Amino acid sequence: MISQFFVLSQRGDNIVFRDYRGEVAKGSAEIFFRKVKFWKEDGQEEAPPVFNVDGVNYFHVKVVGLLFVATTRVNVSPSLVLELLQRIARVIKDYLGVLSEDSLRKNFVLVYELLDEVIDFGYVQTTSTEVLKSYVFNEPIVVDAARLQPLGPAAIFMQGTKRMPGTAVTKSVVANEPGGRKREEVFVDIIEKISVTFSSSGYILTSEIDGTIQMKSYLSGNPEIRLALNEDLSIGTGGGTVYDYRSSSGSGAVILDDCNFHESVRLDSFDMDRTLSLVPPDGEFPVMNYRMTQEFKPPFRINCLIEEAGQLKAEVIIKVRAEFPSNITANTIAVQMPLPKYTTRASFELEPGAVGQRTDFKEANKKLEWGLKKIVGGSEHTLRAKLTFSQESHANLTKEAGPVSMTFTIPMYNVSRLQVKYLQIAKKSSSYNPYRWVRYVTQANSYVARI
Amino acid sequence: MAPPAQSQRSPSPSQPSGKSEVSDLKLQLRQLAGSRAPGVDDSKRELFKKVISYMTIGIDVSSLFGEMVMCSATSDIVLKKMCYLYVGNYAKVNPDLALLTINFLQRDCRDEDPMIRGLALRSLCSLRVANLVEYLVGPLGSGLKDSNSYVRMVAVMGVLKLYHISASTCIDADFPSILKHLMLHDSDTQVVANCLSALQEIWSAEASTSEEASREREALISKPFIYYLLNRIKEFCEWAQCLVLELVTKYVPSDSSEIFDIMNLLEDRLQHANGAVVLATIRVFLQLTLSMTDVHQQVYERIKAPLLTLVSSGSPEQSYAVLSHLHLLVMRAPYVFSSDYKHFYCQYNEPSYVKRLKLEMLTAVANESNTYEIVTELCEYAANVDIPIARESIRAVGKIALQQYDVNAIVDRLLQFLEMEKDYVTAEALVLVKDLLRKYPQWSHDCIAVVGNISSKNVQEPKAKAALIWMLGEYSQDMQDAPYVLESLVENWDEEHSAEVRLHLLTAMMKCFFKRPPETQSALGAALAAGIADFHQDVHDRALFYYRILRYNVSVAERVVNPPKQAVSVFADTQSSEIKDRIFDEFNSLSVLYQKPSYMFTDKEHRGPLEFADELGNLSIGEAANNVVPTQMVEENDKDLLLTTSEKEETKGSRNNGSAYSVPYDGSSTSVFASQTQIESAVSNPTLAGHSPQASFAIDDLLGLGIPAAPAVLSPPQLKLNTKAALDPSTFQQKWRQLPVALSQEISVSPQGVAALTAPQALLRHMQSHSIHCIASGGQSPNFKFFFFAQKFEESSNYLVECVINTSSAKAQVKIKADDQNTSQDFSTLFESALSKFGTS
Repeated sequence: MISQFFVLSQRGDNIVFRDYRGEVAKGSAEIFFRKVKFWKEDGQEEAPPVFNVDGVNYFHVKVVGLLFVATTRVNVSPSLVLELLQRIARVIKDYLGVLSEDSLRKNFVLVYELLDEVIDFGYVQTTSTEVLKSYVFNEPIVVDAARLQPLGPAAIFMQGTKRMPGTAVTKSVVANEPGGRKREEVFVDIIEKISVTFSSSGYILTSEIDGTIQMKSYLSGNPEIRLALNEDLSIGTGGGTVYDYRSSSGSGAVILDDCNFHESVRLDSFDMDRTLSLVPPDGEFPVMNYRMTQEFKPPFRINCLIEEAGQLKAEVIIKVRAEFPSNITANTIAVQMPLPKYTTRASFELEPGAVGQRTDFKEANKKLEWGLKKIVGGSEHTLRAKLTFSQESHANLTKEAGPVSMTFTIPMYNVSRLQVKYLQIAKKSSSYNPYRWVRYVTQANSYVARI
Repeated sequence: MAPPAQSQRSPSPSQPSGKSEVSDLKLQLRQLAGSRAPGVDDSKRELFKKVISYMTIGIDVSSLFGEMVMCSATSDIVLKKMCYLYVGNYAKVNPDLALLTINFLQRDCRDEDPMIRGLALRSLCSLRVANLVEYLVGPLGSGLKDSNSYVRMVAVMGVLKLYHISASTCIDADFPSILKHLMLHDSDTQVVANCLSALQEIWSAEASTSEEASREREALISKPFIYYLLNRIKEFCEWAQCLVLELVTKYVPSDSSEIFDIMNLLEDRLQHANGAVVLATIRVFLQLTLSMTDVHQQVYERIKAPLLTLVSSGSPEQSYAVLSHLHLLVMRAPYVFSSDYKHFYCQYNEPSYVKRLKLEMLTAVANESNTYEIVTELCEYAANVDIPIARESIRAVGKIALQQYDVNAIVDRLLQFLEMEKDYVTAEALVLVKDLLRKYPQWSHDCIAVVGNISSKNVQEPKAKAALIWMLGEYSQDMQDAPYVLESLVENWDEEHSAEVRLHLLTAMMKCFFKRPPETQSALGAALAAGIADFHQDVHDRALFYYRILRYNVSVAERVVNPPKQAVSVFADTQSSEIKDRIFDEFNSLSVLYQKPSYMFTDKEHRGPLEFADELGNLSIGEAANNVVPTQMVEENDKDLLLTTSEKEETKGSRNNGSAYSVPYDGSSTSVFASQTQIESAVSNPTLAGHSPQASFAIDDLLGLGIPAAPAVLSPPQLKLNTKAALDPSTFQQKWRQLPVALSQEISVSPQGVAALTAPQALLRHMQSHSIHCIASGGQSPNFKFFFFAQKFEESSNYLVECVINTSSAKAQVKIKADDQNTSQDFSTLFESALSKFGTS
């Protein structure tokens, strides 16, 4: 049971504020914001998503720079409240198409309307966009999506890939298109976040794939959909969840450690032919989440060398090699590396003819940053940096710097080899042929090479 | 801030200049109020929006109340909604104005559009004005009977709102019993769920004053009602499922086959994508199997994968909430997770609060087979840019060293830390080496060699400095220049700001003096003089004490200050096991995230609707029921588990997912699908179901469970008790905390006993006649709780008993603690025999 719900901007302004039970004083938003802003004196540590001030529990999640907050005095289930906050954000996004400070402010009456139906006297009533549609009457005022920072992992499809209608992911589920007719289409996104840690000798210490099959349906009349996955897909490693990187590679089978499903998914024939059937509700939702520790080929290899080069000087060489096919291109790559604390200057040297790359030395936190617009499969890129120190280094330099971390996005590529073999929509008539989009993407979650 | 951009305002020719925005709005609203012109609703919408945007940013627009109400005479639902929002916000502060709205809200409650009926009813109940409650009763009554489920849903919450404004009005109108009827009969599951939420709140609040309410509350966790909910669980929305699961946690099944039925039924909830549903299900599983050690362990194995999946899917906030629960489980049963340690490795971009949990988990799961890898990983973090985390990683290495037998490799690592020449690393490592030496004095040679090389000038942090000084004092015979290092520290006495360091310095000087007197004597004199002159009281006192004891007798002083030390085997845990158990009992709540039981951070009235009044005076701290003894019943079950595989298949087949928990498929399983009529008769009559024990047996029998046979009366053993024993509550409480549990068992209570136990007092008198005295008691049917004590005849040896009796299962959980452990078995027999005679005499 929650007492209040509010959304704050990055500067701490109230965008919406709803008090459901009148148990918590009105000043809670300010108390909350001050606490989050100044969690620790040094400002280094982030406030946890849940904390208690004078008997009031504050929950918050951050979505596109906005703070979605709930308060309560009761000892509730934290998962329930945090999940709820996330869902509220999703419902609002379904309605507005784009979730941003601007769109919220333009549509705050609609948002209030939604909030009144989602929660009554602190108890959750529904978070289903489908159900809410029959209770909510305000029309969304659609804001221009192009100018705004988009929400969610599916947003990456807006850049780069020409085949995708860029506006689709930011289209409201309820608003009508200018032409009056809605386009019949359904999006299925396979989004994989990968975590890899390489040892200093390049050996893979840990690796994990956290995947989601996300769906967003704009189909009218709620037809049933069947999603077929790899036939050789298996779940659970039998003897528990022991990490074993040597097992089962080569056989080609996809082995998930575990997975879970959205409520609407029926698994009647899943054991037989790996088919999920569902009637997709309106709005965006995860059909299935999965986790995999089976060995996979990491998309990038990182080599890093740091060595002394004379008095008060050192040289860093970072090499990144793309180990995926050349018809695939990774984009928005960023490489970071903490340098020794006593580094005062860094001068960079890129490979000859490098385009779309930038380098930076962040003086404040002594970090090296290297950004690349894109990397084509099979290519290799090198960065050299000359460092100047303010003091003699006593210990081993490799203990003072690193590790190298990397973020990237690779569209139309997934490392797990999990596939949607087909997407079948129960036919209403022979002429009914909605657009079906199946898209893959791999993103770095924690991609680290130790030196 | 909010959208009221100037340009958006509809141009109005009559707009007077120089007036404030609010009075502008007032005028414009007034003009539109009576208008029937086409398109007037659109202009009203714009104006209403502006009003609400001012309201959001905190501008007082309450002066528009009259105009807003006038304008809302419309059929436009969007307008109505905005008006309701406005009215709800200002009614409380303007009760007189609120009266204005009653009329049109009441009229809307009879509108033909169910949406409008629902909305109006919700707004009416949200006014929160005490003197208007009389207007609520009528519309609420018809709302509860409305043919549309949306209106009923709203009406149910409306009853709860009314209860909070005026409890007596709500009770007098007999709304709770109408809700109860709806809860059992309504076809819409959201209506049912809302009834459940509302009734839990109402009856919990009433329970302290009304016996009927407390009976009703008990009936919510009676078997028929729980089964009624469980059988429909998939029809509920995910949030209502959480509500149901929370209720199921409170239910005490009568036997193990029932437990397996419930678990098999809920098995597929573990695959839900909503973490709240999964955690609520896990809590049910953990609570149900508390007394079945083997199955409990199976549950841990089963929930591992879903928990790990939840941690890695979802937003960082959600995964933190789940990780905190995983942390709790890892701390309770580290061996179950020892092969999953790689999941607890930190990622560089995780927030500190996540890393901290993971470090603790890594420390807990370290064992012979994985320590090397874990420590290697932790050493990587020691060079982390995040200094607090780096420090905690080093501490984690130290903790692992202290809990392992084979510390060889770890000691080397720690010593390497000392050589890393980062001041915070050195500081942490020094503290650790000190603790390590206290536990493993045999490592002193290796450590001292390295510690001796550290210049005390490079150590600034008080804790680290104190550790270094302690080692200098303790091992001064092995460290060549110990007296001189200490001497130089004494010379800088005035620059030492930490009293802790100065205290350690005094003690170290003394120790050093006993070992190497000629080299230390003068420095000791200087230290004592400085200490006596110290402004800090403790430092002053200690110096004076040393000075006097030295003058009195040097060898006595040595015995006091520097006795031979015993190695410390276990360092004290920071949190008592009782607190930990309490947190575990509150699984899937904030207690787990804060790592505190709820009484430490919530006011009593906010502990949640289902917090049962189980506080027995001030004795409530150590009562968690975790001391599990595998009873014979469980063993028999395990046999069945192996024997009836074919039946297992049957049960499996009917459920979505083959599960690990199996049960003989016998008559009791059918009770899950007990017919509606039985359920109704039982639930609609809580007097039968919960209160009178005999009646509850009748129902059990209906469901085919049979009456448990009365246990044979045991002959009393040879232990004599003091009939006039006396023990005051604080002593009891103290002893209860200190003593270990000598015996813990489950005793059957005879049907006669159950029948006689209508109130705690009956049993008290009975036990007293057996020289077993009660110190605290409480609870309501079916759960009673007692604390007893007894004393041995002509001896001051005490026996303490915690006894929880559940009348519906006819079982008593007994925990016995004793001063004299040897006789606890005799006492237990005596206690059992006394209890078995209850109700027969």
